[in-house]
Amino acid sequence: MDESKTIKEREEEITDEFSLFDTWEEKYEYIIDLGKKLEPLDDKFKVEENIIKGCQSTVWLVSEFKNGKVYYKADSDAVIVKGLISMLIKVLSGNTPDEILDAKLNFIKDIGMMTHLAQTRSNGLLSMIKQIKNYAFAFKSVSAAQ
Amino acid sequence: METTTTIKPTFDVNVLRKDFPLLEREVNNQLMVYLDNAATSQKPQVVIDALNYYYSNYNANIHRGIHTLAEEATSAYEATRKTVKDFINAKSTDEIIFTRGTTEGVNLVAYTWGRKNIGEGDEIIISGMEHHSNIVPWQILCNEKKAVLKIIPVSDEGELLMEEYKNLLSAKTKLVSIVHVSNSLGTVNPVKEIIVEAHKKGAVVFVDGAQSTVHLDIDVQKMDCDFFAFSGHKVYGPTGVGVLYGKKTILEEMPVFMGGGEMIKEVTFEKTTFNELPYKYEAGTPNIADTIALKVALDYVSETKKELVRNHENDLLKYATEQLSAIDGLRIIGTAKNKVSLISFVIKNIHPQDIGVLLDNQGIAVRTGHHCTQPLMKRFGVPGTVRASFAMYNTKEEVDRLVTGVKKAIKMLT
Repeated sequence: MDESKTIKEREEEITDEFSLFDTWEEKYEYIIDLGKKLEPLDDKFKVEENIIKGCQSTVWLVSEFKNGKVYYKADSDAVIVKGLISMLIKVLSGNTPDEILDAKLNFIKDIGMMTHLAQTRSNGLLSMIKQIKNYAFAFKSVSAAQ
Repeated sequence: METTTTIKPTFDVNVLRKDFPLLEREVNNQLMVYLDNAATSQKPQVVIDALNYYYSNYNANIHRGIHTLAEEATSAYEATRKTVKDFINAKSTDEIIFTRGTTEGVNLVAYTWGRKNIGEGDEIIISGMEHHSNIVPWQILCNEKKAVLKIIPVSDEGELLMEEYKNLLSAKTKLVSIVHVSNSLGTVNPVKEIIVEAHKKGAVVFVDGAQSTVHLDIDVQKMDCDFFAFSGHKVYGPTGVGVLYGKKTILEEMPVFMGGGEMIKEVTFEKTTFNELPYKYEAGTPNIADTIALKVALDYVSETKKELVRNHENDLLKYATEQLSAIDGLRIIGTAKNKVSLISFVIKNIHPQDIGVLLDNQGIAVRTGHHCTQPLMKRFGVPGTVRASFAMYNTKEEVDRLVTGVKKAIKMLT
């Protein structure tokens, strides 16, 4: 994660990377690799209250608000989901709540991962994004109150 | 001397497949392999045509109209009731109530029979392999009535522990509600024995036939169950229509479920008298089109030589079990002796969802997750399974695609 880059620039980086892939296998192998490389979440965070509801797999998401920016960490027991969330963190972590709330996240469509956004109970990407934005919204309210 | 030639009935899956237009669909640039039949089956063209024909030719509201269309629609609707009666061998069409599906059947009985007959301290027995639909309505009822829900435990093979069941039965047992065939494991439960034992204690038995009706021959009189429910869409019929069978003597004594049109005889602001069976339980305009098409689906099943279909499905189960078992790290959940053509499995260190996603990319449709049986998943210590469920139109070649697909997924994930 390079904090000097905007959300849009980070999205473009991912889209560029994916443009090199010709097959679905290459795309998924990349996502699986990202999932495996995502730093595992400390066990103390793997508690009920950090679980994102609405995912078939278990996804834990924690956030931190530092110097006006939101930082996310996450983990999952399913590796593809972990890879997807790793991309979301790469794009969104280390930005201000407003930037996160405004993010359109078009890269998901551009890299052909829209199926994971489908509103079925088995796909959690939508719930993940919602929860990421919920945190951003909560931090925004907190900082406004200060 | 006359010679007779007997024509041996044949079963050609490749011919049969042509009846199901959706099977020609491509998903992710490949001919789709549909192995999610326990969730819903695909529909033969005749069923699709029946729906189309109804709306194009005789759509009308039933029972009350005196015009031609209403009569045609009514007689087609009632013809389904007759077909269902024969299909499950009920004594009378009065015992056949149309619902939206199995879930509504369970709820109907819980809300009517249950509220009348279950009291404080009474016991309801279900099993550890029930679908949430056969847990939650009873849980709600038990909470309301301060009754107790008892659970028949499941063995490591995925069979009911029958001795434990017998120990659970007592004079307090008022109802046993049991799944005929497990949607997660494929286990065929010994319902006959369960019913005999329950009846000895004077308990009533509800059989959830959501998964069994498509795979087994259903004879409610032989089974002697008091209630039996199934869904049309799992038997090659449309979604939104199901059947609740109940013994007439019990249905007659049961209070009504929903109030409205159709279920009444006479209404004044002071008092309403209710219609006779089965209309007493069919309030409002029913799902006419889908009910009419359900007859076509059941006729289709009856006309396809059942024995040959059963053999074919058993062959698929046997072949798939052998092929999948040979995969390193793969564990089949549910190894009962008596199973329908459904296989649930997990793979060591891999989440079922990951397998499901990678199979979908290869054009293979399976179901992953807890299959609405969370207590059962907990029992086996898994977050969920990958479930491949076969119908009469599946082939060995499709099993091969599944096996190759799973191997490829494992390779990509490890």
